[in-house]
Amino acid sequence: MHGIVGWGSYVPRFRIKVEDIAGQWGADAAAFKRGLLLQEKTVPGLDEDTITISVAAAKYAIARAGIDPREIGCCYIGSESHPYAVKPSGTVVIDAIGAGPECHVADFEFACKAGTEAMFVAYSHVKSGVMRYALGIGADTSQGAPGDALEYTASAGGTAYIMGGENVAAEIVDTYSFTSDTPDFWRREGEFYPRHAGRFTGEPAYFHHVLGATRGMLEKSGLEPADFRFAVFHMPNGKFPLKAGKEAGFRQEQLEQGWVVNLMGNTYSGSSPTGLAACLDVAEPGDRILVTSFGSGAGSDSFVIRCTDRIKEIQKKAPATRDQLADRRIYLDYGKYVAYRGKIRMNQL
Amino acid sequence: MISPRYHREIPQRYRLEAGRCADCGEIHFPPRAVCRKCGARESTTVVLPNRGKVVTCTVVDIPPAEFDDQKPYVNAIVELENGVRLTCMVAEAPPDAVDIGTEVELIFRRLRCGREWEVLQYGYKARVV
Ligand SMILES: [Zn+2]
Repeated sequence: MHGIVGWGSYVPRFRIKVEDIAGQWGADAAAFKRGLLLQEKTVPGLDEDTITISVAAAKYAIARAGIDPREIGCCYIGSESHPYAVKPSGTVVIDAIGAGPECHVADFEFACKAGTEAMFVAYSHVKSGVMRYALGIGADTSQGAPGDALEYTASAGGTAYIMGGENVAAEIVDTYSFTSDTPDFWRREGEFYPRHAGRFTGEPAYFHHVLGATRGMLEKSGLEPADFRFAVFHMPNGKFPLKAGKEAGFRQEQLEQGWVVNLMGNTYSGSSPTGLAACLDVAEPGDRILVTSFGSGAGSDSFVIRCTDRIKEIQKKAPATRDQLADRRIYLDYGKYVAYRGKIRMNQL
Repeated sequence: MISPRYHREIPQRYRLEAGRCADCGEIHFPPRAVCRKCGARESTTVVLPNRGKVVTCTVVDIPPAEFDDQKPYVNAIVELENGVRLTCMVAEAPPDAVDIGTEVELIFRRLRCGREWEVLQYGYKARVV
């Protein structure tokens, strides 16, 4: 049996409310909240980035796994906001968590899907027996252009998964991927903010791939929606994952626990991995969880996960995702927010 | 650009690795070549606990230019659970949230951004638990 031996989410403490963004642009906050099903989003601190978020999440995952970090054979970080253009985020992360130097390191990119890619490859390494433990992380500090619809959702956070073959808390039963050339969202080298093709991002991109992967996963595994306690779909806003879940045959109760977007925003590569973590935090032995990510460009990874008896032993060994969403929130106004996100040009020092 | 020094200090700044005197057991952070208590030259590496309390603190209203965007912030001397003391910035906290005795944990944060062409520097900060 191979799968998740430890997981950890990290949620920054800073928040901005939809009202404060809408108020700045003279937009109708109530309409945005209704349209996006979102009330606030996380904002990274001035000293936080994909590297620090990955370190915090990985430390929680190690605490749950109860392993020596030197036994981690690889560190893959999926993100759209790696701090360096040239120098992998993972080089800093492995030295911070004590997993180096005998460690295979790579940064992954695939819009919002990069996190599940990292998990996918990490899982394959332990399943093949190449390494004892493997670390896959999805983390982002995403940006939307001022006034753009993405500004209401693009947020920060991340989740780390340690895969292994001993003391498995949640077995990865099966995986499935679904990918095609779909130009829904992109950013060319040198551009600061990404571009999106408006309505094109919905049906042909998100729903086509999320439903394609989910239906493929169900067919491949021979399972039905009713066989799962929880289902998690990538959360670019509040509406899309609920709509996709219902179209795939899942009920509202199966979707709620992993639906963290209303309080967190879209954490891009961290989105569906963090939704999964919120489910693992409360899951019971035997519970099945379906997770389907989505990355523009476009593609989806789907996983069937089944919790073991071990899960109850490690849930409380690190902070739960939903506790971090609820506790010690620090609200920023729009002025502070743009300064935190480096959206305004200050005087050069 | 202080890349060589930054690189040399990674074990202590990233992982809180301290030196424990092989003779008298005194813990030095950062590690030292010679024990300040007994003069011995042998030491082993120990990792410091990441919880402690603020011994004293000060609010920085007029920081060096590169930390100007973070003002006002708090610098503190923190005593860790094993008695070792270190100085660091307190992340996230408004000045009135930190006082003598405040319980903190050490976390991993970006310490310096520098200019666009420079290496990013990471290390520990405290934050209120
Ligand atoms: Zn000594």
